[in-house]
Amino acid sequence: MWDLINNSVYASILLSVAIAIIGSLIVINKTTAITGSIAHGSFGGIGIAMFLGSGIILTTSVFTIVLAIILAFITIKFPHRQDSLIGVIWAVGMSIGIIFLSLTPGYQSDALSYLFGNILLVGNQDLIFMGSIDILILISIIFLYHRFLAMSYDREFLNIRGINANMLYTYFLILTSLTIVMSVRAIGIILILALFTIPGLIAERFTKKFFSMMIISGMLGLIFMISGIILSFYYNISPTPTIVIIAGIALILSLLKK
Amino acid sequence: MTAVEIKNLYFKYDKEWILEDINFSLKDKEFMAIIGPNGGGKTTLLKILLGFLTPNKGEIKLYGKTPKENRKIIGYVPQHTNFSLDLPITVFDIVLQGRLKKGKFFYNQKDKQKAKETLEYLKIDNLQNKKIKDLSGGQRQKVLIARSLVSEPKILMMDEPTSAIDPTGQKEILDLIENFEVTRIVVSHDIKILLRDVDKIAYIHKKAVIHEGPKLNIPKDRHFCEVELIDFLKDESCGI
Ligand SMILES: Nc1ncnc2c1ncn2[C@@H]1O[C@H](COP(=O)(O)OP(=O)(O)OP(=O)(O)O)[C@@H](O)[C@H]1O
Ligand SMILES: [Mg+2]
Repeated sequence: MWDLINNSVYASILLSVAIAIIGSLIVINKTTAITGSIAHGSFGGIGIAMFLGSGIILTTSVFTIVLAIILAFITIKFPHRQDSLIGVIWAVGMSIGIIFLSLTPGYQSDALSYLFGNILLVGNQDLIFMGSIDILILISIIFLYHRFLAMSYDREFLNIRGINANMLYTYFLILTSLTIVMSVRAIGIILILALFTIPGLIAERFTKKFFSMMIISGMLGLIFMISGIILSFYYNISPTPTIVIIAGIALILSLLKK
Repeated sequence: MTAVEIKNLYFKYDKEWILEDINFSLKDKEFMAIIGPNGGGKTTLLKILLGFLTPNKGEIKLYGKTPKENRKIIGYVPQHTNFSLDLPITVFDIVLQGRLKKGKFFYNQKDKQKAKETLEYLKIDNLQNKKIKDLSGGQRQKVLIARSLVSEPKILMMDEPTSAIDPTGQKEILDLIENFEVTRIVVSHDIKILLRDVDKIAYIHKKAVIHEGPKLNIPKDRHFCEVELIDFLKDESCGI
């Protein structure tokens, strides 16, 4: 029992780093729909992994990175049709997953657990992967903080300054896709979007600095996860939806603040 | 010293020429206004000057190099309307972005000093801790001008710097631009720019520079005379 709680607390801490940085960047870059598309599309990777019997983390990472690159290309090339195209990737990715699952009898329930996730089921191997992605995210933000901020504001200007904005944007989507892979086990495909955007949306209302936005959203993410885990434990309910509902209530409360 | 040199430049997006046989040159620290009707090709020409589009024929040089090679000497002020305003970023940090460049990841003391000086020069240092959302249109435009000047460009390019700004704000911004000691190319819809101390005017309409030269010398172009100049700068040479 205590083992489970320990791992879920470690997972919460590791996830809150990603929520702080990638979550805030998703909010300011308005890439929520793209993130949703990669997250749902990642189900294709899970389906393929089950079919091939290959490692879920590796297969899904490769699959979602490909999705990220396709989405970067689409949104840069067809900016005016991006919303529809993002929706297409969303559905096609999921369909690939479902097809491969139907070809792999016996694993359906296993795969379905990735849809909603369970933070109590995070294993040691998952924690190691989460930690490595966190390190990659931290190194990236240290070097790219000013570029990412400028990118969210005005990509054309970055190009004028001799910085390739499209490359930077593609790299950001790749980081997003790795963040999704590190979160599916704990949070689940369907709920990732909420947990990665709500803390940023709340934090943004309370600060003028992106740096503080990241710190605040990371702390909020951690508070939501820990309180969700505790509540789910006492009332014997599913933890991840509990976390999302707590976050949703907090968002509504924050919107009441003028 | 020649700042800009354009020779026999042609450009098309698809089949039709948008810019046809454009020729002009600009000396260091000169001020050029690019005017013309909608769809005339002003923005296209600016994008070529910025190195975002490559001409199909002809030559373009900024201080002896192609725009792409020489981007670091360009300061650029885009039209201000298309950014998200609710970003958690202060005016000071936006201006600092002008100091970013290839291979540079962190700001140093000199960058901050430069940003401070530029804000003071444009008399907007009192705004430095505000969010862009809390500024007026004219103030926002000045912030973007500050961001373009902070890299100490040799050549400043602006796309419609006074659109969506009230007359007082327009005057203030044009006053500033008039006094900048760098080469300036300003695209404008607003023909009032011709009342300013410009060294050259490029009138771009339907694929060609109709007019290029120091000071106003009204081109014999029906559109220019009949539509653009009505009630404004009538001249006999228009023949209307
Ligand atoms: N990306 C594009 N692809 C194809 N045609 C284009 C593209 N951008 C502009 N054009 C065409 O090129 C011509 C010149 O457009 P441009 O935007 O340069 O005009 P402009 O002088 O800046 O007009 P405005 O005053 O309305 O800003 C127009 O006929 C336009 O339809
Ligand atoms: Mg234009």
